[in-house]
Amino acid sequence: MTAALSIQNLQKTYENGFQALKGISFAVQPGDFFALLGPNGAGKSTTIGIICSLVRKTAGSVSIFGVDTDRNFSAAKRLLGVVPQEFNFSQFEKVSDILMTQGGFYGMPRKLAGERTEKYLKQLGLWDKRATQARMLSGGMKRRLMIARALIHEPKLLILDEPTAGVDIELRRSMWRFLEKINAQGTTIILTTHYLEEAESLCRNIAIIDKGIIVENTSIKSLLKTLNRETFILDCNAYLTKAPVLMEFECRLLDSHSLEVTVEKGQSLTELFIALKAQGVTVTSMRNRANRLEELFLSMLSEEKMEGLEQ
Amino acid sequence: MSGKLIWISFSTIFRRELRRFTRIWPQTLVPPVITMSLYFVIFGSLIGRRIGDMGGYPYMEFVVPGLIMMSVITNSYANVASSFYSAKFQRSVEELLVSPTPNWTVMAGYVFGGVARGLMVGLIVTLVAVFFTSLSVKYLVVTTAIVLLAAVLFSLAGFINAIYANSFDAISIIPTFVLTPLTYLGGVFYSIDLLSPFWQGLSKLNPILYMVNSFRYGILGVSDINVVWAFVGVLIFIALLVGWGLYLMSHGKRLRH
Repeated sequence: MTAALSIQNLQKTYENGFQALKGISFAVQPGDFFALLGPNGAGKSTTIGIICSLVRKTAGSVSIFGVDTDRNFSAAKRLLGVVPQEFNFSQFEKVSDILMTQGGFYGMPRKLAGERTEKYLKQLGLWDKRATQARMLSGGMKRRLMIARALIHEPKLLILDEPTAGVDIELRRSMWRFLEKINAQGTTIILTTHYLEEAESLCRNIAIIDKGIIVENTSIKSLLKTLNRETFILDCNAYLTKAPVLMEFECRLLDSHSLEVTVEKGQSLTELFIALKAQGVTVTSMRNRANRLEELFLSMLSEEKMEGLEQ
Repeated sequence: MSGKLIWISFSTIFRRELRRFTRIWPQTLVPPVITMSLYFVIFGSLIGRRIGDMGGYPYMEFVVPGLIMMSVITNSYANVASSFYSAKFQRSVEELLVSPTPNWTVMAGYVFGGVARGLMVGLIVTLVAVFFTSLSVKYLVVTTAIVLLAAVLFSLAGFINAIYANSFDAISIIPTFVLTPLTYLGGVFYSIDLLSPFWQGLSKLNPILYMVNSFRYGILGVSDINVVWAFVGVLIFIALLVGWGLYLMSHGKRLRH
Protein backbone atom coordinates (compact mmCIF):
# COMPACT_ATOMS: atom_id res chain seq x y z
CA MET A 1 0.00 0.00 0.00
CA THR A 2 1.29 3.47 -0.88
CA ALA A 3 2.12 5.46 2.23
CA ALA A 4 0.16 8.66 2.89
CA LEU A 5 3.47 10.29 3.70
CA SER A 6 6.91 8.88 3.06
CA ILE A 7 10.02 10.72 4.19
CA GLN A 8 13.44 9.40 3.26
CA ASN A 9 16.76 10.67 4.64
CA LEU A 10 15.42 14.20 5.06
CA GLN A 11 18.10 16.72 5.94
CA LYS A 12 18.01 20.43 6.60
CA THR A 13 20.92 22.70 7.37
CA TYR A 14 20.04 26.38 7.76
CA GLU A 15 22.22 29.16 6.37
CA ASN A 16 23.71 29.79 9.81
CA GLY A 17 25.02 26.20 9.81
CA PHE A 18 22.44 24.82 12.25
CA GLN A 19 21.55 21.26 11.26
CA ALA A 20 17.85 20.97 12.12
CA LEU A 21 17.32 17.54 10.51
CA LYS A 22 20.06 14.94 10.28
CA GLY A 23 18.57 12.48 7.82
CA ILE A 24 15.19 11.40 9.19
CA SER A 25 13.04 8.71 7.60
CA PHE A 26 9.54 7.59 8.48
CA ALA A 27 6.26 6.69 6.84
CA VAL A 28 2.63 7.31 7.74
CA GLN A 29 0.05 4.86 6.45
CA PRO A 30 -3.26 5.95 4.89
CA GLY A 31 -6.01 6.45 7.48
CA ASP A 32 -3.54 6.68 10.34
CA PHE A 33 -3.68 9.17 13.19
CA PHE A 34 0.00 9.79 13.69
CA ALA A 35 1.83 11.77 16.37
CA LEU A 36 5.09 13.55 15.67
CA LEU A 37 6.50 14.48 19.03
CA GLY A 38 9.64 16.13 20.24
CA PRO A 39 10.86 18.92 22.50
CA ASN A 40 11.11 22.51 21.30
CA GLY A 41 13.74 22.85 18.58
CA ALA A 42 13.76 19.10 17.85
CA GLY A 43 12.90 19.55 14.16
CA LYS A 44 9.12 18.98 14.07
CA SER A 45 8.18 22.31 12.52
CA THR A 46 11.11 22.11 10.10
CA THR A 47 9.84 18.72 8.95
CA ILE A 48 6.32 20.08 8.46
CA GLY A 49 7.73 23.16 6.74
CA ILE A 50 9.57 20.98 4.23
CA ILE A 51 6.49 18.81 3.59
CA CYS A 52 4.39 21.87 2.74
CA SER A 53 7.23 23.68 0.88
CA LEU A 54 7.71 26.60 3.24
CA VAL A 55 11.17 25.28 4.12
CA ARG A 56 13.62 24.13 1.45
CA LYS A 57 15.25 20.82 2.23
CA THR A 58 18.99 20.26 2.00
CA ALA A 59 18.65 16.60 1.00
CA GLY A 60 16.25 13.68 1.03
CA SER A 61 12.83 13.07 -0.42
CA VAL A 62 9.19 13.54 0.51
CA SER A 63 6.26 11.88 -1.18
CA ILE A 64 2.57 12.29 -0.41
CA PHE A 65 0.40 9.33 -1.45
CA GLY A 66 3.20 8.31 -3.80
CA VAL A 67 3.57 11.75 -5.40
CA ASP A 68 7.17 12.94 -5.10
CA THR A 69 7.19 16.60 -4.07
CA ASP A 70 10.32 17.21 -6.18
CA ARG A 71 8.63 15.92 -9.32
CA ASN A 72 5.06 17.13 -9.00
CA PHE A 73 4.65 19.50 -6.09
CA SER A 74 1.41 20.90 -7.50
CA ALA A 75 -0.28 17.47 -7.36
CA ALA A 76 1.24 16.72 -3.95
CA LYS A 77 -0.05 20.03 -2.52
CA ARG A 78 -3.61 19.16 -3.55
CA LEU A 79 -3.43 16.09 -1.28
CA LEU A 80 -2.14 18.05 1.68
CA GLY A 81 -3.74 20.40 4.22
CA VAL A 82 -1.65 22.14 6.86
CA VAL A 83 -2.65 23.84 10.10
CA PRO A 84 0.43 25.78 11.21
CA GLN A 85 1.44 26.64 14.73
CA GLU A 86 1.22 30.42 14.25
CA PHE A 87 -1.82 32.30 12.97
CA ASN A 88 -1.12 32.98 9.31
CA PHE A 89 -4.25 34.51 7.84
CA SER A 90 -5.01 38.12 7.04
CA GLN A 91 -6.35 39.60 10.27
CA PHE A 92 -8.47 42.13 8.38
CA GLU A 93 -10.41 39.71 6.19
CA LYS A 94 -13.78 38.26 7.04
CA VAL A 95 -13.87 34.64 8.18
CA SER A 96 -15.85 33.45 5.17
CA ASP A 97 -13.60 35.40 2.75
CA ILE A 98 -10.53 33.64 4.16
CA LEU A 99 -12.04 30.25 3.36
CA MET A 100 -13.44 31.27 -0.02
CA THR A 101 -10.06 32.70 -1.00
CA GLN A 102 -8.23 29.57 0.08
CA GLY A 103 -10.64 27.51 -2.02
CA GLY A 104 -9.79 29.74 -4.97
CA PHE A 105 -6.06 29.15 -4.46
CA TYR A 106 -6.81 25.45 -4.95
CA GLY A 107 -8.76 26.16 -8.13
CA MET A 108 -12.20 25.57 -6.63
CA PRO A 109 -15.14 27.25 -8.40
CA ARG A 110 -16.85 29.84 -6.18
CA LYS A 111 -20.05 27.79 -5.83
CA LEU A 112 -18.16 24.77 -4.49
CA ALA A 113 -15.95 26.97 -2.31
CA GLY A 114 -19.10 28.58 -0.89
CA GLU A 115 -20.64 25.19 -0.07
CA ARG A 116 -17.46 23.95 1.59
CA THR A 117 -17.09 27.21 3.51
CA GLU A 118 -20.56 26.78 4.97
CA LYS A 119 -19.95 23.09 5.70
CA TYR A 120 -16.69 23.55 7.61
CA LEU A 121 -17.63 26.77 9.38
CA LYS A 122 -20.75 25.01 10.67
CA GLN A 123 -18.83 21.90 11.68
CA LEU A 124 -16.29 23.97 13.57
CA GLY A 125 -18.85 26.25 15.20
CA LEU A 126 -17.83 29.40 13.32
CA TRP A 127 -20.81 29.92 11.02
CA ASP A 128 -22.17 32.73 13.20
CA LYS A 129 -18.81 34.48 12.84
CA ARG A 130 -18.64 34.23 9.05
CA ALA A 131 -18.97 37.99 8.52
CA THR A 132 -16.57 38.89 11.36
CA GLN A 133 -13.04 40.12 10.70
CA ALA A 134 -10.54 37.44 11.72
CA ARG A 135 -8.78 39.75 14.17
CA MET A 136 -11.97 39.94 16.24
CA LEU A 137 -12.01 36.18 16.93
CA SER A 138 -10.82 34.60 20.16
CA GLY A 139 -7.66 32.45 20.14
CA GLY A 140 -9.67 29.23 20.06
CA MET A 141 -11.81 30.48 17.19
CA LYS A 142 -8.69 31.43 15.23
CA ARG A 143 -7.34 27.89 15.69
CA ARG A 144 -10.63 26.44 14.43
CA LEU A 145 -10.58 28.87 11.52
CA MET A 146 -7.18 27.53 10.49
CA ILE A 147 -8.49 23.95 10.65
CA ALA A 148 -11.50 24.90 8.50
CA ARG A 149 -9.21 26.63 6.02
CA ALA A 150 -6.92 23.60 5.80
CA LEU A 151 -9.93 21.37 5.05
CA ILE A 152 -11.54 23.55 2.38
CA HIS A 153 -10.01 21.49 -0.46
CA GLU A 154 -10.67 18.24 1.48
CA PRO A 155 -7.08 16.96 1.57
CA LYS A 156 -6.33 13.29 2.06
CA LEU A 157 -3.50 14.16 4.45
CA LEU A 158 -3.96 16.76 7.19
CA ILE A 159 -1.01 17.98 9.24
CA LEU A 160 -1.68 19.90 12.43
CA ASP A 161 1.19 21.65 14.20
CA GLU A 162 0.11 22.06 17.82
CA PRO A 163 -3.52 22.80 16.96
CA THR A 164 -4.74 22.99 20.55
CA ALA A 165 -1.98 25.18 21.99
CA GLY A 166 -3.56 27.77 24.28
CA VAL A 167 -7.05 26.33 23.85
CA ASP A 168 -9.22 25.66 26.92
CA ILE A 169 -10.03 22.08 27.92
CA GLU A 170 -13.64 22.04 26.72
CA LEU A 171 -12.72 23.40 23.32
CA ARG A 172 -9.71 21.10 23.08
CA ARG A 173 -11.92 18.07 23.62
CA SER A 174 -14.44 19.25 21.04
CA MET A 175 -11.55 19.66 18.57
CA TRP A 176 -10.41 16.12 19.39
CA ARG A 177 -13.88 14.81 18.61
CA PHE A 178 -13.87 16.68 15.32
CA LEU A 179 -10.44 15.34 14.36
CA GLU A 180 -11.48 11.81 15.29
CA LYS A 181 -14.54 12.20 13.09
CA ILE A 182 -12.64 13.31 9.99
CA ASN A 183 -10.03 10.61 10.63
CA ALA A 184 -12.82 8.02 10.77
CA GLN A 185 -14.05 9.40 7.42
CA GLY A 186 -10.67 8.56 5.88
CA THR A 187 -8.45 11.61 6.33
CA THR A 188 -4.93 10.69 7.42
CA ILE A 189 -3.85 12.97 10.25
CA ILE A 190 -0.41 13.88 11.52
CA LEU A 191 -0.35 15.79 14.77
CA THR A 192 2.38 17.53 16.69
CA THR A 193 1.48 18.54 20.19
CA HIS A 194 2.94 19.36 23.56
CA TYR A 195 -0.08 17.81 25.27
CA LEU A 196 1.02 14.19 25.41
CA GLU A 197 -2.38 13.20 26.77
CA GLU A 198 -3.66 14.40 23.39
CA ALA A 199 -1.29 12.16 21.46
CA GLU A 200 -2.08 9.18 23.71
CA SER A 201 -5.82 9.69 23.33
CA LEU A 202 -5.95 10.33 19.60
CA CYS A 203 -3.00 8.72 17.86
CA ARG A 204 -2.29 5.16 16.90
CA ASN A 205 1.32 5.55 15.80
CA ILE A 206 4.09 7.83 16.85
CA ALA A 207 7.50 9.15 15.87
CA ILE A 208 9.62 10.95 18.43
CA ILE A 209 12.18 13.36 17.08
CA ASP A 210 15.02 14.85 19.09
CA LYS A 211 17.93 16.97 17.86
CA GLY A 212 17.03 16.26 14.26
CA ILE A 213 16.92 12.48 14.47
CA ILE A 214 14.06 10.02 14.96
CA VAL A 215 14.59 8.35 18.35
CA GLU A 216 11.44 6.23 18.25
CA ASN A 217 8.93 5.25 15.57
CA THR A 218 6.34 2.71 16.59
CA SER A 219 2.73 2.27 17.66
CA ILE A 220 1.57 4.02 20.82
CA LYS A 221 0.55 0.62 22.25
CA SER A 222 4.02 -0.85 21.71
CA LEU A 223 5.63 2.22 23.13
CA LEU A 224 3.54 2.17 26.27
CA LYS A 225 4.43 -1.48 26.82
CA THR A 226 8.03 -0.38 27.30
CA LEU A 227 7.03 1.87 30.17
CA ASN A 228 8.89 0.52 33.22
CA ARG A 229 7.52 2.78 35.90
CA GLU A 230 4.56 4.98 36.65
CA THR A 231 4.25 7.68 39.26
CA PHE A 232 0.99 8.15 41.17
CA ILE A 233 -0.26 10.84 43.46
CA LEU A 234 -2.27 9.42 46.34
CA ASP A 235 -4.67 11.42 48.48
CA CYS A 236 -4.79 10.03 52.02
CA ASN A 237 -7.16 10.40 54.95
CA ALA A 238 -4.41 10.57 57.62
CA TYR A 239 -2.50 13.73 58.58
CA LEU A 240 1.05 13.03 57.41
CA THR A 241 4.15 14.68 58.79
CA LYS A 242 6.61 12.54 56.87
CA ALA A 243 6.50 9.99 54.07
CA PRO A 244 5.86 6.40 55.17
CA VAL A 245 8.90 4.16 54.70
CA LEU A 246 7.87 1.36 52.32
CA MET A 247 10.26 -1.48 51.53
CA GLU A 248 9.10 -2.08 47.96
CA PHE A 249 8.07 1.39 46.83
CA GLU A 250 9.69 4.79 46.45
CA CYS A 251 7.47 7.19 48.38
CA ARG A 252 7.65 11.01 48.80
CA LEU A 253 5.54 13.36 50.89
CA LEU A 254 3.88 16.12 48.86
CA ASP A 255 1.82 17.72 51.63
CA SER A 256 0.01 16.69 54.81
CA HIS A 257 -2.57 14.65 52.89
CA SER A 258 -0.87 13.47 49.71
CA LEU A 259 1.99 11.22 48.67
CA GLU A 260 3.84 10.59 45.42
CA VAL A 261 4.67 6.93 44.87
CA THR A 262 6.62 5.32 42.02
CA VAL A 263 5.44 1.87 40.97
CA GLU A 264 7.87 -0.25 38.96
CA LYS A 265 6.75 -2.63 36.20
CA GLY A 266 5.73 -5.92 37.84
CA GLN A 267 4.74 -4.36 41.14
CA SER A 268 1.05 -4.39 42.03
CA LEU A 269 -1.03 -1.54 43.35
CA THR A 270 -2.70 -3.94 45.78
CA GLU A 271 0.66 -4.51 47.47
CA LEU A 272 1.12 -0.75 47.68
CA PHE A 273 -2.26 -0.24 49.34
CA ILE A 274 -1.60 -3.09 51.78
CA ALA A 275 1.78 -1.61 52.71
CA LEU A 276 0.25 1.81 53.28
CA LYS A 277 -2.65 0.37 55.27
CA ALA A 278 -0.14 -1.41 57.51
CA GLN A 279 1.25 2.03 58.39
CA GLY A 280 -2.21 3.41 59.09
CA VAL A 281 -2.58 5.28 55.82
CA THR A 282 -5.81 4.86 53.84
CA VAL A 283 -5.87 6.04 50.22
CA THR A 284 -9.03 7.99 49.32
CA SER A 285 -8.16 8.76 45.67
CA MET A 286 -5.29 8.43 43.23
CA ARG A 287 -4.15 9.78 39.85
CA ASN A 288 -1.15 9.61 37.51
CA ARG A 289 1.40 12.35 38.16
CA ALA A 290 1.85 12.59 34.41
CA ASN A 291 0.23 10.53 31.71
CA ARG A 292 2.03 7.40 30.63
CA LEU A 293 3.28 8.78 27.36
CA GLU A 294 4.72 11.78 29.14
CA GLU A 295 6.72 9.49 31.46
CA LEU A 296 8.15 7.72 28.43
CA PHE A 297 8.75 10.89 26.53
CA LEU A 298 10.74 12.39 29.35
CA SER A 299 12.81 9.24 29.73
CA MET A 300 13.66 9.36 26.02
CA LEU A 301 14.85 12.93 25.93
CA SER A 302 18.56 13.23 25.78
CA GLU A 303 20.34 13.68 29.09
CA GLU A 304 21.77 16.94 27.86
CA LYS A 305 18.28 18.32 27.21
CA MET A 306 17.10 17.23 30.65
CA GLU A 307 20.08 18.91 32.27
CA GLY A 308 19.22 22.04 30.33
CA LEU A 309 15.64 21.90 31.58
CA GLU A 310 16.75 21.44 35.17
CA GLN A 311 19.00 24.48 34.93
CA MET B 1 -2.41 22.82 -12.89
CA SER B 2 -4.85 23.21 -15.76
CA GLY B 3 -5.70 26.53 -17.41
CA LYS B 4 -9.09 26.69 -15.74
CA LEU B 5 -7.67 26.12 -12.27
CA ILE B 6 -4.95 28.71 -12.89
CA TRP B 7 -7.60 31.19 -13.99
CA ILE B 8 -9.55 30.57 -10.77
CA SER B 9 -6.39 31.07 -8.70
CA PHE B 10 -5.49 34.25 -10.57
CA SER B 11 -8.97 35.72 -10.33
CA THR B 12 -9.08 34.87 -6.61
CA ILE B 13 -5.88 36.81 -5.94
CA PHE B 14 -7.02 39.66 -8.18
CA ARG B 15 -10.43 39.84 -6.52
CA ARG B 16 -8.84 39.83 -3.07
CA GLU B 17 -6.63 42.74 -4.10
CA LEU B 18 -9.65 44.67 -5.39
CA ARG B 19 -11.47 43.94 -2.15
CA ARG B 20 -8.47 45.11 -0.12
CA PHE B 21 -7.94 48.50 -1.71
CA THR B 22 -11.64 49.29 -2.05
CA ARG B 23 -12.23 48.30 1.62
CA ILE B 24 -9.65 50.86 2.72
CA TRP B 25 -10.64 53.49 0.13
CA PRO B 26 -10.01 56.45 2.46
CA GLN B 27 -6.34 55.36 2.49
CA THR B 28 -5.99 54.21 -1.11
CA LEU B 29 -8.33 56.19 -3.37
CA VAL B 30 -9.04 59.50 -1.64
CA PRO B 31 -5.53 60.84 -0.79
CA PRO B 32 -4.16 60.76 -4.37
CA VAL B 33 -7.29 62.52 -5.62
CA ILE B 34 -6.92 65.27 -3.01
CA THR B 35 -3.20 65.66 -3.78
CA MET B 36 -3.77 65.85 -7.51
CA SER B 37 -6.67 68.28 -7.09
CA LEU B 38 -4.32 70.57 -5.14
CA TYR B 39 -1.75 70.28 -7.94
CA PHE B 40 -4.45 71.25 -10.45
CA VAL B 41 -5.49 74.25 -8.36
CA ILE B 42 -1.99 75.49 -7.48
CA PHE B 43 0.15 74.59 -10.51
CA GLY B 44 -2.61 74.62 -13.07
CA SER B 45 -5.00 77.41 -12.20
CA LEU B 46 -3.03 79.74 -9.92
CA ILE B 47 0.64 79.56 -10.96
CA GLY B 48 -0.10 78.08 -14.38
CA ARG B 49 -1.78 81.26 -15.61
CA ARG B 50 1.42 83.21 -15.03
CA ILE B 51 3.62 80.55 -16.66
CA GLY B 52 1.90 80.75 -20.01
CA ASP B 53 2.36 78.07 -22.66
CA MET B 54 4.49 74.96 -22.25
CA GLY B 55 5.28 72.73 -25.24
CA GLY B 56 2.83 74.78 -27.28
CA TYR B 57 -0.11 74.27 -24.87
CA PRO B 58 -1.51 76.23 -21.93
CA TYR B 59 0.30 75.08 -18.79
CA MET B 60 -2.81 73.46 -17.31
CA GLU B 61 -3.31 71.29 -20.38
CA PHE B 62 0.39 70.45 -20.40
CA VAL B 63 0.57 69.41 -16.76
CA VAL B 64 -2.63 67.30 -16.58
CA PRO B 65 -1.32 64.23 -18.49
CA GLY B 66 1.83 64.20 -16.34
CA LEU B 67 -0.17 64.36 -13.13
CA ILE B 68 -2.47 61.54 -14.25
CA MET B 69 0.53 59.39 -15.13
CA MET B 70 2.21 60.27 -11.83
CA SER B 71 -0.82 59.10 -9.87
CA VAL B 72 -0.99 55.85 -11.87
CA ILE B 73 2.70 55.13 -11.30
CA THR B 74 2.77 55.85 -7.57
CA ASN B 75 -0.47 54.01 -6.81
CA SER B 76 0.38 50.90 -8.83
CA TYR B 77 3.69 50.68 -7.02
CA ALA B 78 2.31 51.41 -3.57
CA ASN B 79 -0.55 48.93 -3.88
CA VAL B 80 1.58 45.88 -4.63
CA ALA B 81 4.44 46.86 -2.32
CA SER B 82 2.18 47.35 0.69
CA SER B 83 -0.21 44.48 -0.04
CA PHE B 84 2.42 41.83 -0.68
CA TYR B 85 4.62 42.99 2.18
CA SER B 86 1.61 42.96 4.53
CA ALA B 87 0.89 39.39 3.42
CA LYS B 88 4.50 38.53 4.28
CA PHE B 89 4.31 40.39 7.59
CA GLN B 90 1.06 38.66 8.64
CA ARG B 91 2.36 35.39 7.11
CA SER B 92 -0.86 35.10 5.13
CA VAL B 93 1.37 34.75 2.06
CA GLU B 94 1.88 31.18 3.30
CA GLU B 95 -1.72 30.46 2.24
CA LEU B 96 -0.55 30.98 -1.31
CA LEU B 97 2.85 29.36 -0.97
CA VAL B 98 1.45 26.05 0.30
CA SER B 99 -1.24 26.02 -2.39
CA PRO B 100 -0.70 24.61 -5.91
CA THR B 101 -0.91 28.13 -7.40
CA PRO B 102 2.15 28.60 -9.66
CA ASN B 103 4.59 31.40 -8.83
CA TRP B 104 3.83 33.31 -12.01
CA THR B 105 0.11 33.29 -11.20
CA VAL B 106 0.78 34.69 -7.73
CA MET B 107 2.85 37.47 -9.26
CA ALA B 108 0.30 38.15 -11.99
CA GLY B 109 -2.55 38.34 -9.46
CA TYR B 110 -0.76 40.93 -7.34
CA VAL B 111 0.49 42.89 -10.35
CA PHE B 112 -2.97 43.14 -11.90
CA GLY B 113 -4.32 44.20 -8.51
CA GLY B 114 -1.78 47.04 -8.58
CA VAL B 115 -2.71 47.87 -12.16
CA ALA B 116 -6.38 48.03 -11.17
CA ARG B 117 -5.71 50.50 -8.36
CA GLY B 118 -3.37 52.58 -10.52
CA LEU B 119 -5.93 52.80 -13.31
CA MET B 120 -8.80 53.48 -10.92
CA VAL B 121 -6.92 56.36 -9.29
CA GLY B 122 -5.87 57.58 -12.76
CA LEU B 123 -9.48 57.55 -13.89
CA ILE B 124 -10.70 59.47 -10.85
CA VAL B 125 -7.89 62.02 -11.26
CA THR B 126 -8.85 62.36 -14.94
CA LEU B 127 -12.46 63.04 -13.97
CA VAL B 128 -11.29 65.68 -11.49
CA ALA B 129 -9.06 67.21 -14.19
CA VAL B 130 -12.09 67.71 -16.43
CA PHE B 131 -13.29 70.35 -13.93
CA PHE B 132 -10.13 72.36 -14.54
CA THR B 133 -9.50 71.98 -18.26
CA SER B 134 -10.94 70.54 -21.42
CA LEU B 135 -9.41 67.14 -22.01
CA SER B 136 -9.45 65.35 -25.34
CA VAL B 137 -7.42 62.32 -26.32
CA LYS B 138 -5.53 62.60 -29.60
CA TYR B 139 -4.23 59.01 -29.88
CA LEU B 140 -6.41 56.67 -27.82
CA VAL B 141 -4.36 53.52 -28.48
CA VAL B 142 -1.07 55.18 -27.45
CA THR B 143 -2.67 56.70 -24.36
CA THR B 144 -4.27 53.45 -23.22
CA ALA B 145 -1.27 51.29 -24.03
CA ILE B 146 1.31 53.45 -22.24
CA VAL B 147 -0.77 53.93 -19.10
CA LEU B 148 -1.41 50.20 -18.92
CA LEU B 149 2.24 49.31 -19.48
CA ALA B 150 3.41 51.89 -16.93
CA ALA B 151 0.98 50.46 -14.36
CA VAL B 152 2.27 46.93 -15.06
CA LEU B 153 5.90 48.06 -14.86
CA PHE B 154 5.52 49.82 -11.51
CA SER B 155 3.35 47.09 -10.05
CA LEU B 156 6.15 44.65 -10.87
CA ALA B 157 8.67 46.98 -9.24
CA GLY B 158 6.46 47.18 -6.14
CA PHE B 159 6.23 43.39 -6.04
CA ILE B 160 10.02 43.00 -6.12
CA ASN B 161 10.41 45.71 -3.47
CA ALA B 162 7.97 43.78 -1.24
CA ILE B 163 9.88 40.52 -1.69
CA TYR B 164 13.14 42.12 -0.55
CA ALA B 165 11.53 44.20 2.20
CA ASN B 166 11.93 43.04 5.78
CA SER B 167 10.20 45.99 7.43
CA PHE B 168 7.54 48.56 6.59
CA ASP B 169 10.34 51.15 6.33
CA ALA B 170 11.85 49.14 3.49
CA ILE B 171 8.75 49.55 1.34
CA SER B 172 8.79 53.33 1.76
CA ILE B 173 12.50 53.83 0.99
CA ILE B 174 12.22 53.26 -2.78
CA PRO B 175 9.10 55.45 -3.24
CA THR B 176 10.61 58.25 -1.15
CA PHE B 177 14.18 58.26 -2.37
CA VAL B 178 13.88 56.91 -5.91
CA LEU B 179 10.35 57.05 -7.28
CA THR B 180 9.38 60.55 -6.10
CA PRO B 181 12.55 62.31 -7.37
CA LEU B 182 12.39 60.46 -10.69
CA THR B 183 8.72 61.37 -11.09
CA TYR B 184 9.20 65.05 -10.26
CA LEU B 185 12.22 65.20 -12.59
CA GLY B 186 10.46 63.12 -15.24
CA GLY B 187 8.85 65.95 -17.18
CA VAL B 188 5.57 66.00 -15.28
CA PHE B 189 5.72 69.74 -14.64
CA TYR B 190 7.97 70.97 -17.44
CA SER B 191 9.28 70.23 -20.90
CA ILE B 192 12.92 69.17 -20.96
CA ASP B 193 13.38 71.72 -23.76
CA LEU B 194 13.71 74.22 -20.89
CA LEU B 195 16.85 72.49 -19.67
CA SER B 196 20.44 72.89 -20.83
CA PRO B 197 21.77 70.13 -23.10
CA PHE B 198 23.61 68.48 -20.18
CA TRP B 199 20.47 68.25 -18.02
CA GLN B 200 18.41 67.20 -21.06
CA GLY B 201 20.85 64.31 -21.60
CA LEU B 202 20.70 63.38 -17.94
CA SER B 203 16.90 63.54 -17.95
CA LYS B 204 16.82 61.08 -20.84
CA LEU B 205 18.25 58.44 -18.48
CA ASN B 206 15.08 58.74 -16.40
CA PRO B 207 12.60 56.01 -17.47
CA ILE B 208 9.63 57.94 -16.08
CA LEU B 209 10.31 60.77 -18.57
CA TYR B 210 9.51 58.34 -21.40
CA MET B 211 6.24 57.19 -19.89
CA VAL B 212 5.05 60.69 -19.01
CA ASN B 213 5.91 62.00 -22.45
CA SER B 214 4.32 59.05 -24.24
CA PHE B 215 1.14 59.58 -22.27
CA ARG B 216 1.23 63.30 -23.02
CA TYR B 217 1.79 62.46 -26.67
CA GLY B 218 -1.30 60.25 -26.62
CA ILE B 219 -3.42 63.07 -25.20
CA LEU B 220 -1.91 66.24 -26.70
CA GLY B 221 0.16 64.94 -29.58
CA VAL B 222 3.44 66.49 -28.27
CA SER B 223 6.43 64.78 -26.74
CA ASP B 224 10.03 65.56 -25.80
CA ILE B 225 11.15 62.05 -26.78
CA ASN B 226 10.64 59.42 -29.44
CA VAL B 227 7.49 57.54 -28.40
CA VAL B 228 8.47 54.34 -30.20
CA TRP B 229 11.63 54.11 -28.14
CA ALA B 230 9.58 54.75 -25.03
CA PHE B 231 7.40 51.70 -25.75
CA VAL B 232 10.44 49.56 -26.54
CA GLY B 233 12.12 50.68 -23.32
CA VAL B 234 9.05 50.01 -21.18
CA LEU B 235 8.57 46.55 -22.68
CA ILE B 236 12.23 45.69 -22.04
CA PHE B 237 11.95 46.87 -18.43
CA ILE B 238 8.77 44.82 -17.96
CA ALA B 239 10.47 41.71 -19.34
CA LEU B 240 13.45 42.23 -17.01
CA LEU B 241 11.25 42.74 -13.94
CA VAL B 242 9.10 39.71 -14.78
CA GLY B 243 12.26 37.59 -15.00
CA TRP B 244 13.62 39.04 -11.77
CA GLY B 245 10.35 38.54 -9.90
CA LEU B 246 9.99 34.93 -11.05
CA TYR B 247 13.60 34.21 -10.15
CA LEU B 248 13.04 35.52 -6.62
CA MET B 249 9.81 33.54 -6.27
CA SER B 250 11.31 30.29 -7.53
CA HIS B 251 14.25 30.65 -5.13
CA GLY B 252 11.88 31.55 -2.28
CA LYS B 253 13.84 34.73 -1.56
CA ARG B 254 12.66 36.00 1.86
CA LEU B 255 9.52 33.88 1.42
CA ARG B 256 10.68 30.36 2.21
CA HIS B 257 13.42 29.27 4.64
